[in-house]
Amino acid sequence: MRDLIINFFYLISSVFFILGLKMLSSLKDAKKGNFISAIGMLIAIIATLISKEIVDYFWIIIGIGIGTILGIISAKKVLMTKMPQMVALLNGFGGLASLLVGWGVYYYNVNIDIFTASTIFLSILIGGITFTGSMVAWAKLDEKITGKPILFHGQMILNVSLLLAMTIIGIIFSINPSSTLILSIVLVVGSLILGVLSVIPIGGADMPVVISLLNSYSGIAACATGFVIKNNALIVSGALVGASGIILTSIMCKAMNRSLSNVLFSGFGSLKIQETSKEKKEAKSISAKDAYFVLEAAKSVVIVPGYGLAVAQAQHLVKELCDILEENDIDVKFAIHPVAGRMPGHMNVLLAEADVSYDKLVEMDDINRIIDTVDVCMVIGANDVVNTSARDDKTSPIFGMPIIEVDRAKNVFILKRSMASGFAGIDNPLFYKENTAMIFGDAKKTLSEIIEEF
Amino acid sequence: MDPQTIIFLSFILILSIFLGFELISKVPSTLHTPLMSGSNAISGITLVGAMVACGAAANKPLITFLAVIAIIFATINVVGGYFVTHRMLKMFKAKDKGSRKK
Repeated sequence: MRDLIINFFYLISSVFFILGLKMLSSLKDAKKGNFISAIGMLIAIIATLISKEIVDYFWIIIGIGIGTILGIISAKKVLMTKMPQMVALLNGFGGLASLLVGWGVYYYNVNIDIFTASTIFLSILIGGITFTGSMVAWAKLDEKITGKPILFHGQMILNVSLLLAMTIIGIIFSINPSSTLILSIVLVVGSLILGVLSVIPIGGADMPVVISLLNSYSGIAACATGFVIKNNALIVSGALVGASGIILTSIMCKAMNRSLSNVLFSGFGSLKIQETSKEKKEAKSISAKDAYFVLEAAKSVVIVPGYGLAVAQAQHLVKELCDILEENDIDVKFAIHPVAGRMPGHMNVLLAEADVSYDKLVEMDDINRIIDTVDVCMVIGANDVVNTSARDDKTSPIFGMPIIEVDRAKNVFILKRSMASGFAGIDNPLFYKENTAMIFGDAKKTLSEIIEEF
Repeated sequence: MDPQTIIFLSFILILSIFLGFELISKVPSTLHTPLMSGSNAISGITLVGAMVACGAAANKPLITFLAVIAIIFATINVVGGYFVTHRMLKMFKAKDKGSRKK
């Protein structure tokens, strides 16, 4: 009877999750959706508390108490520019929890059948990869370690053989779970190592893909844990999250015109390309004052933000400039490339923080349609997403990636710290075009100089 | 686990995956980050599993230890995820020209 009631509540919370996710995909209802999904979670937690398997509440309350405090503090304190790191960390924590539950259940049960053992194996494997993978992603995003791909000789072979070894161990473990205590530890350690190894060869600019994929993994891990403890709520919500993560991953891959395997295995961005050294091309550099004169005469301005905007924390100044331009009857839009920044939607969040209305944000395809009529394109801290060689140069490693075609605008201003190439390590022919002018310096400083001129 | 349970759980899994794809196939890019952190909070449902493992493991210190750590991290995942999503969504607004939707 009690089981029936609990499962009834799980059903309700699953419905809440589904409704919540549905609403999260529409701007109007998103806030409500998040709230509904949180209520669903609360219902699931309370329902679990009345489960007859639970005999001791002390540690549960302690654990939830600590987790809640830490969760609230971190969510309140995190800067919007650091949101990718936050998402990576939370992802990782979910994965770690799945690993620990799988491992714990293994110790707890004496008689485990093959099916349960194999789900424990999956729970540990996917949970472990999600955990350490996310930690590495976090470290890369936070620049605790280099954002460049870390490659070494025989890396692929090592990764593949490790995964193979893990699968074999997993099978042995599943067939004969009771006598293999040490094997479970090997599984845990192996999964953790695999997580590290699979993310270190991926460059920082590919993080939008990695984060969405890890998001998906954390769902799949929860799903596997659901099989371990035969819990419908976990299976349903895990599958929903897994599916949504995969959709985001494929959107990100499409936006870069690359396959998932290319992102995961190619070590993109580690290439050293010196093609441009043969002809010395000169980029034109102008001052903030010059930029002001052009901006003042313009009728329409499109701002293209990139990761550099987040690094410089310049989103509020951009908004200020946008307001001033509008006061002068200049039409201002923001063109956002799907993979600008370090996670899906990164730029949108930053601009929202600075109070930029979201109807000013235009997606890549829409802006490319009208970009010929734009007077000034200001590229702030973006590089690869406006690199014309992706469109023109068949030999370029990023050839085929859809870009925001700023070079078609009448004037292009590029706010940049130096001539250094973007993350992909590829020179940008855009910088040498006639209608392009570079404004060197910190984006924040340059913007405030332009604003002062008005 | 008896075959019937396996089949039953597998049905739930497969149908949920399809449902997930249907639910999220058309998301405006502005919502990509909140969707990710919001769905991430849902994946913290592992908390339920951790609670069961923890509560059932009285007098087994090692399991209790593993489970409590799991509870702490899953709770951070859940609470942090929902809060941070809420914080972001609160910032999204269309002003100036009324509340025109895109």
